[in-house]
Amino acid sequence: MVSETTATMTEPVIQMENLNVYYGSTLAVRDVNINIPYNQVMAFIGPSGCGKSTVLRCLNRMNDLIPSARVEGKVTYHGRDIYSSDVDAVDLRRRVGMVFQKPNPFPKSIYENIAFGARINGYQGDMDELVEDSLRKAAIWDEVKDQLKKSGLALSGGQQQRLCIARAIALQPDVILMDEPCSALDPISTLRVEELINQLKDQYTIVIVTHNMQQASRVSDYTAFFNAEATEQGGKQGFLVECDTTKTIFNNPREKSTQEYVSGRFG
Amino acid sequence: MNADSNLSQVADALWKPNRGLNNFVQRAVVITFAMFALISIATTFGIVASLVFETFEFFTAVPIWRFLTDRQWTPLFTNAQYGIFVLLSGTFLTSLIAIVVAVPLGLFSAICLSEYASPNLRRWLKPALELLAGVPSVVFGYFALLLVTPFLRSMFPQIAGFNALSAGLVLGISITPLIASLSEDAIYAVPDSLRQGCYALGTTRRETITGVVLPAALSGIVASCILAISRAVGETMIVALAAGQNPTMTLNPFVPIMTMTAYIVQVSLGDTPAGSLAYKSIFAVGTSLFLLTLILNVFSFWFVRRFQEKYE
Amino acid sequence: MTSPNQVLQGDSCQPNAYKFSPALPSRYKTDGIFKALAWAAVVISLTVLVVLLADVANDGISRINWNFLTSFPSRRPAESGLLSALVGTIWVMALVALFSFPIGVGAGIFLEEFIADSFFENIVEVNIANLAAVPSIIYGLLGLQVFVRWLFPITGGRTILSGALTLTLLILPIIIIATRESLRAVPSSLRQAGFALGATRWQVVREIIFPQALPGILTGVILALSRAIGETAPLITIGALTFIAFLPPLSLQGLRTTFSVLPIQVFNWVSRPQAEFHLLAAGGIIVLMVMLLLMNGIAIYLRNRFQQNR
Repeated sequence: MVSETTATMTEPVIQMENLNVYYGSTLAVRDVNINIPYNQVMAFIGPSGCGKSTVLRCLNRMNDLIPSARVEGKVTYHGRDIYSSDVDAVDLRRRVGMVFQKPNPFPKSIYENIAFGARINGYQGDMDELVEDSLRKAAIWDEVKDQLKKSGLALSGGQQQRLCIARAIALQPDVILMDEPCSALDPISTLRVEELINQLKDQYTIVIVTHNMQQASRVSDYTAFFNAEATEQGGKQGFLVECDTTKTIFNNPREKSTQEYVSGRFG
Repeated sequence: MNADSNLSQVADALWKPNRGLNNFVQRAVVITFAMFALISIATTFGIVASLVFETFEFFTAVPIWRFLTDRQWTPLFTNAQYGIFVLLSGTFLTSLIAIVVAVPLGLFSAICLSEYASPNLRRWLKPALELLAGVPSVVFGYFALLLVTPFLRSMFPQIAGFNALSAGLVLGISITPLIASLSEDAIYAVPDSLRQGCYALGTTRRETITGVVLPAALSGIVASCILAISRAVGETMIVALAAGQNPTMTLNPFVPIMTMTAYIVQVSLGDTPAGSLAYKSIFAVGTSLFLLTLILNVFSFWFVRRFQEKYE
Repeated sequence: MTSPNQVLQGDSCQPNAYKFSPALPSRYKTDGIFKALAWAAVVISLTVLVVLLADVANDGISRINWNFLTSFPSRRPAESGLLSALVGTIWVMALVALFSFPIGVGAGIFLEEFIADSFFENIVEVNIANLAAVPSIIYGLLGLQVFVRWLFPITGGRTILSGALTLTLLILPIIIIATRESLRAVPSSLRQAGFALGATRWQVVREIIFPQALPGILTGVILALSRAIGETAPLITIGALTFIAFLPPLSLQGLRTTFSVLPIQVFNWVSRPQAEFHLLAAGGIIVLMVMLLLMNGIAIYLRNRFQQNR
């Protein structure tokens, strides 16, 4: 199944091979094989507890921050295993940006929210230019250009989320991971973020986790469907059901459970 | 005859809520408790009243401009001088040394507890630090006079037996847990989503702490430091035991000095009759001390209100 | 270590990326120094605590014997004991507990349950926060003026009653704050449930809220009392004596006798020049610290039980 989908993808940026994620001794997600193609939008969908966010967080090693989390298998980024000892998670995260479920702007000015990460990572170019450019790309420049000194917390929820996207863009990553970026937003703000994702995919590879199937079908080119099953210990174990073009997943999926999920029969 | 109405009469007879009594009890309790709450207001008035009367009488005997400009504090001399800045300099010196010790020590301890220590370790370390905060100040005074001072003198023989350095150092140790505990609360309250957002930008742990976590907790940290300063300014036993009883206007930490609090203790220990000028002078000193801590407090309130970040 | 710049090839996709020079090795060096400083701070603070306790224990343990606990203070160190100070501490603390518990808890309940979010509550709240930061010696001046002088007919001057009232005012803000926090932690759904059964507000508080909050309140009260037991400065100011060679009679008249307490006895012994008295002071500190540890232990026990029940 995986090898067949790979054939339709060009130049994978990130490849996951036999990825298992453990929390302590519990296997939380098993046996994930996905290729994420260059400058496309990949959506992770599935019922809650299926491990889609967990897998997403493996891609920039955010799981390193949870002491009990452990990863088996291989994740490569441009062909390099990101879990090998000579890859630095800090450096990786600059190239693989992330946007979170709840907007989390820093309690700093709008300008500083953008400039902060760039400065720490030794950006050598003109900072004002970078800030403006990032805010423009995140489609929020016109709303905030006169109040760059104002606190990022003073913005509305939707604006905050776009500010967080701008913050990620400022580091000039080539992959942006989005963990349910619209789940805390109202419908209009959601629409704006979705439009933004459509614009961004010309320049960035985007991986988006969403619980909203319509959203997945609207914004993504490829979709990976995850499911969960109860374990003997009483927990849940996630696994990848299938991964294909969004069109295939929604219209003509290989697996029955996918068909049931996308038609809204469970989840 | 009518079973239904009989039943309901029987049922009614079972319910006799004494609403009148309940409301009476509630009113009595509320009034009593309101009086208790008023005691806290009365305490403030009591403090102000007890300070104001004697201070006023003191200033009829000693003009306020001499209180503020005299360069000597010699209440026992025939030609007595009351220059409050002599005592202020002593308080300033010991508090400064204390803050220099306590702010880095307390802040780094707070950072360690909330950001570096594992949750298990934290569960042990925090009560241990709070235990340090619970040690009575007279014990710290013992420590300063009988352990730290001899130790300092063995290294620097020119230090006097009573000195501001030893008192200031131990004073700093005694307020460290206060800064550590309150700052830790503030740092721990910073939402984890901010840390995550920062790490996702490719930052190291230190950069996350100094770049995002500490600024987000700033108001709480500053408030804890100001509270610690006002504790240091008002601390009595350590300075009374270890810093000396020698009012001098100096910033030399090696010689005996006298703080405002130490002067109050000195006069209280002596047999000073109420109504004498020396008796009134401790209230004038107390007023100065009260105003000083009040200013610190007001500043702290203002700062927290101005810079507190509201997270969901 | 190979430079991660060479390892990760992603930059080739972004024309601007060469403008970043992350300089990771030097950043990690700063990280290491920072982390070392943080741990050093904790280690230093705890070392001081251990040195302090060890020093006092080492100096004073030889003095701890039955004689020391049952003798009055004396000019001759070898015969000197802390009986009057110990009894004085027990008297004062019993009175402080008796006064501060109902007043502090009552005021806390009133503010939190009856007039929350009113103008009066705001004033009292600011006032209490302010009082909590007033130096203890100022409370001493308050006690000297109000209890020792103005209320002389009631208190009898520099007596146990004056001392206990002064310390009560000193710890009231702590107890009120702790009471309010414990009450706030009780879920408001419980209050709603009580009202829905037709109970008055006071019945809800007494029967439902207060029992839930009691462990937390007791913890706060005990911690406040352990602050009071070590207070020295305000009692010196109101004129507690250091040389007391009698015990207060176990009657109301006992309230109006002059007194000493442990920390004042310790202060007196420390401030004498002879080293023999310093050993007595260490012995006194041990007794004081044992009482404090006991109180703290009870508070921690209550807190842990409290947290398990949630």
